[in-house]
Amino acid sequence: MVNGILEYLWLVPALPLLGVVLNGAIALFAERPLLLKEAGSHHETPAYRKLVAFIAPAVVGAAFIVALLCVLSLASRPADGRTFVQILFPWIQAGSLLVPAALQLDPLSSVMALVVTGVGFLIHVYSVGYMSHERAFARYFVCLNLFMFAMLTLVLANNYLLMFVGWEGVGLCSYLLIGFWYEKQSASDAGKKAFVANRIGDFGVLLAMFLVFWTFGSLSYTEVFAKVPLLRESGVLTTGLATAITLLLFLGATGKSAQIPLYVWLPDAMEGPTPVSALIHAATMVTAGVYMVARSSALFLLAPDTMMVVAVIGAVTAIFSATIGICQTDIKRVLAYSTVSQLGYMFLACGVGAFTAAIFHLMTHAFFKALLFLGSGSVIHALSGEQDMRKMGGLKKYVPITFATMFAATLAIAGIPGLSGFFSKDEILWQAFSSSHGSPVLWVIAALAAGITAFYMFRLVFLTFFGKSRMDPGVEKHAHESPWSMTAPLVILAVLSVAGGWVGIPAVLGGSNLFEHWLAPVFHPVAAAGAHGAAVAGAAEGAVHHPAALEIGLMALSVAIALCGIGLAYFLYRVRTGKPAEIASRWPTLYDVVYHKYYIDEFYEWAVIRRVVTFSDGLWQMFDALFIDGIVNGAADLVRAAAGRIRRLQGGVVGGYAFSLLAGAVLLVGYILYRSVVQ
Amino acid sequence: MIAPSAYLLLSAILFGIGVVGVVARKNILIILMSVELMLNGVNVAFVAAGSYLGDPAGGVFAFMVMTVAAAEAAVGLALLIALYRLKETIDITELKVLKW
Repeated sequence: MVNGILEYLWLVPALPLLGVVLNGAIALFAERPLLLKEAGSHHETPAYRKLVAFIAPAVVGAAFIVALLCVLSLASRPADGRTFVQILFPWIQAGSLLVPAALQLDPLSSVMALVVTGVGFLIHVYSVGYMSHERAFARYFVCLNLFMFAMLTLVLANNYLLMFVGWEGVGLCSYLLIGFWYEKQSASDAGKKAFVANRIGDFGVLLAMFLVFWTFGSLSYTEVFAKVPLLRESGVLTTGLATAITLLLFLGATGKSAQIPLYVWLPDAMEGPTPVSALIHAATMVTAGVYMVARSSALFLLAPDTMMVVAVIGAVTAIFSATIGICQTDIKRVLAYSTVSQLGYMFLACGVGAFTAAIFHLMTHAFFKALLFLGSGSVIHALSGEQDMRKMGGLKKYVPITFATMFAATLAIAGIPGLSGFFSKDEILWQAFSSSHGSPVLWVIAALAAGITAFYMFRLVFLTFFGKSRMDPGVEKHAHESPWSMTAPLVILAVLSVAGGWVGIPAVLGGSNLFEHWLAPVFHPVAAAGAHGAAVAGAAEGAVHHPAALEIGLMALSVAIALCGIGLAYFLYRVRTGKPAEIASRWPTLYDVVYHKYYIDEFYEWAVIRRVVTFSDGLWQMFDALFIDGIVNGAADLVRAAAGRIRRLQGGVVGGYAFSLLAGAVLLVGYILYRSVVQ
Repeated sequence: MIAPSAYLLLSAILFGIGVVGVVARKNILIILMSVELMLNGVNVAFVAAGSYLGDPAGGVFAFMVMTVAAAEAAVGLALLIALYRLKETIDITELKVLKW
């Protein structure tokens, strides 16, 4: 037992799986018969619900503790020895393809595992309160536990194939949970949309895996990344090949992490229960694409073209979806577009080679965005299901804890100095400006997006919590703060949203940037391998090329932009509350276009979905109905036509049969005689 | 001493009469009798060949054929009676249901 606690790494994904089995049994044998029986008579709380409410958070909490102990054990090792691989069992053995089911704990996956289990545990606790009125209580937690298992498989996998299993698993759980209220047409449609959009990305990941195996002869991270410099030198791994692999991987990332062009499913995914939006569609699953890109950083750094594509798509997504967020009235949709926008930041960071900054923002975003979603869930809970911000207002005094925590998260996402979002976002902005892959244009876009982010987030807070109440009177009477099982996670996440960034205070502000040092063994040895990598490694140090004053100045500028956004929101939604409607009526076309999300869904409907349907229709009519059916029916017709004549021989008259028998015998004997005579 | 070819000629004639009877007649009873003729024509050939070659196997074969023929006649007549009860006819040309 040299590895101590690390030998128990397998428990991290296994514990949620245990939860799936136990809760699954309860859902199947205790809950389902009850649900099928009939709808009205569930006034008493069945005992199994208490059991589920204990098991589901407990297994995730236990997984968090195991993960934490493993990471602490890993941290006690020297910096260059912090990669632990645990081979569980040989999984696939086919010719030269050897894929073991193996887990890998290194600084990168430990950050992910801690975020996933930690935030996941809080959201499980929250869900117990939020879903307490839900009839399919056990089914919900089965899906949630299954999600945790899949997500932990994804982040802890040691090879691309096992990661892909988790990748598909989280996609499945996302589908199941978006469509959790499947009796609602829009919910089941949204689930399908998410699944299909993800499938489009998945085919990119599959092709990328084929290429990786073809090039490296292996799918395991350790082997692939170790071979990169060697194959680079021998000329097998050309820049073109690296570009192809990374672009295909990035296609998968755009699907999973909701980037242009495949982002359209995420806003619709808000049909799911709010804790699901927080866990899957804000904190964890949607960041899987960022994780995969960061994990494959050694390959991405060899493909400057891909890096540029990633950076540009990230920056454009960041500002594009932020503008959509301005006009949305559904509280969860504002947060959904905000998530798309923040994921854009993470890809921007990846694209400029600042993988550490991307993972840093991933972590802080998981804290404050999960908090924002849970807070909005608490608001929705308080208002008996109301999601329209036009029917909120003045909620501050009804839900004080929710308000305070959400306000902290809003400050964090807006980039107010000292809070977590400030450090991570500013790190990205600085890298976008200073890195060798970056450019001032990217900085301008990202800084503008940060201003818009501050604007729409404060718009949300002002519309929801401040001003006069616009609630329906019946709803207002019942407005109440949520139970402790919901507010406690809010408070913990609020603390993390405030303090979570302190692990990554940059050197220029007198910090030691522990986070960067922690991740350095993952990103920098590979970065040092190639010529590009060396530049990135240098850029990551930041102040090497640029004076500290420039960094401080840009930081101040981006804070000023954010403050402008906040000020504008204050002016429009607190001081001159009639102004927004006035602006909307001044430029009706512009407002309409933004309000309808730039008609992107309609455009896809027309440009892609309609085409595919027409094409499939054509295939059905031409190929299926004419060609395939033609062959089958033609064969039958041919046999029938040929048989039509021959079967006349079978006349049913015994004399006829006897005669042909005789004729046959005569012919046969005649032939034999002939042969013997001739010989 | 009668030449062996004479026995074979008799055998062929008997067989030929039987064949014509089977092919040309409509009455099933006659057809069955014609089958018996064919079998006995073959029997003549067996016995003659056995005697000519000094081999008792020819006679043994003839007895075998007679046994089978007896069984065949019994089964055939039973079928015939069942058929008559069902269709009230023993005309083979009337019985042509089993066709295309």
